[in-house]
Amino acid sequence: MDVVWEWFQWLNSEHGIKLTIFYDEWDRNRFFGGIWTTIHLSLVCMALSIVIGMGGAWLQMSKFIWIRRIVQGYIQFFRNTPPLVQLYFFYFAVDSALASVTGIEGGVFSSYGWAVISLSFFAGAFNVEIFRAGIESVPKSMVEAADSLGFTSFQVFCYVTMPLAYRVCLPALNNNLINLIKTTTVAYAIAVPETLYISNQIWSDEYNVPEMMNVVWGVYIILVGILVTIMHRWEKSIRVPGFGN
Amino acid sequence: MKLHQKPKTPTDLPVLKPFVVAGSKTWSMETFGTITADRRILVAFAIFLIAWLSVDVVYAQIQSDANQSAFATLVKWTPLMFLGPPGELGGFVLNIVVSFIAMALGTFLGLWLGLGQISLNPIIRRSSWAITQLFRNSPWLVLLFYIMLLMPFRVTIAGVDFDIPGWWKAAFALSLPIMANISEIVRGAIASIPTGQWESAESLAFSRTQTIWQIILPQCVKRMLPPWMNWYCILTMSTPLVSILGVSDGMSLTQDALAAESRSEFLIPMYLWLMSWFFIYSYPIAKLTRRLEHRFAVNE
Repeated sequence: MDVVWEWFQWLNSEHGIKLTIFYDEWDRNRFFGGIWTTIHLSLVCMALSIVIGMGGAWLQMSKFIWIRRIVQGYIQFFRNTPPLVQLYFFYFAVDSALASVTGIEGGVFSSYGWAVISLSFFAGAFNVEIFRAGIESVPKSMVEAADSLGFTSFQVFCYVTMPLAYRVCLPALNNNLINLIKTTTVAYAIAVPETLYISNQIWSDEYNVPEMMNVVWGVYIILVGILVTIMHRWEKSIRVPGFGN
Repeated sequence: MKLHQKPKTPTDLPVLKPFVVAGSKTWSMETFGTITADRRILVAFAIFLIAWLSVDVVYAQIQSDANQSAFATLVKWTPLMFLGPPGELGGFVLNIVVSFIAMALGTFLGLWLGLGQISLNPIIRRSSWAITQLFRNSPWLVLLFYIMLLMPFRVTIAGVDFDIPGWWKAAFALSLPIMANISEIVRGAIASIPTGQWESAESLAFSRTQTIWQIILPQCVKRMLPPWMNWYCILTMSTPLVSILGVSDGMSLTQDALAAESRSEFLIPMYLWLMSWFFIYSYPIAKLTRRLEHRFAVNE
């Protein structure tokens, strides 16, 4: 490893390309810490947004019109307001309101916690529609056929609707999850120590804006690229010829 | 979950089901949900506003000190938040202006990039594809930082200095991801046109350029319009990002106003107020997009 670090030191002294994140241990640790924060922030938000999406899609099939309306209101609110303003709203407004109601000093959740909540609800609003569209795309005749074979409604859902619906949803879901990774950069605004925020600190300390900017861009391209590849493989492997797409 | 479509007339006689024209959308819960719930959202919004106003006024009366009610504060700051400082372009209007410029620029560049993706020249095709993927997969905020920090704030053209205002650079930065996504839309729309169209154009001795501009693209417009509008909405929702880079848009002026008031009970109303503008602007567009999507649906 030392050879690599030395090579970057040489790059700085010979060519003036200052990548302190490779040879300066302090910068290296915080930079990779930032990438790690981005990764687990993304993973937590993805998982939560899928749960929210499934719950919402389930509630949208409810018999009670008010439940459907509330879910619809939630979707429209989060789709048609800027994610950055949502984040500020949660982090500054809701947090201080909750703190004054509950009497907790210094905020209820950390900035990381609010980023998770806000981004999950944001991505979840899109997921609700994606899952619902998937469930609706299953032909009625298939459900009826399963019904006539004596399946209970739960079995119909588990063995017929779900397996088909999730194949239909997957491309749209992937798009949304990729979008979610990109949106985690917004957490910069409330000082969550993710890649962009840490990089900003590094380029302020080291005066190496162009180098760091390219590194950050590259990091996100790689992260998104990994997710795209995995999801694409998965999509291909579960494709049912002649159905969906 | 509802498994059966209930028969409209309760009868056990074998009734012929209503005839459905292929391509027309059947009356599903989805259409019902969008149409009714939509009006109700606005009604709920109005009721909420009225309820809050009355509570607010009463609350301010009870307190009866020098404190203004939250509503009076909103009214006081609304001109600044909406129009920006007097004599300058700023506030929510700047968000909209930035979205217009970015969309126009992004659409123009994206159209060419999309055509580049179907070019017969492999070098142009591959590089257009690479550019599209690069900008499609990068976070908007990173692109915004990149352009804002690395683009010069002043250029000299033919010996004359031009200052580039920050919001202009921001609009350019936001047009890049739009460009990449429009490029994909164009490519997808062209690919969705049946090959018969290409073949018949060829048999009528149209050149490739003529075929694309006179036969293929006009048919694509219909298919591209809904996703294009969808991207406009996404873009408008992303314009507050420019506040992070110090452009005085609606978001940053709202924060300035909040800092000037420095009272925590105004936080929720002020943010909701700003969000409601975005909502009122974007919601009709989103609804129209959905309606067009249904109308232009190719198959089904």
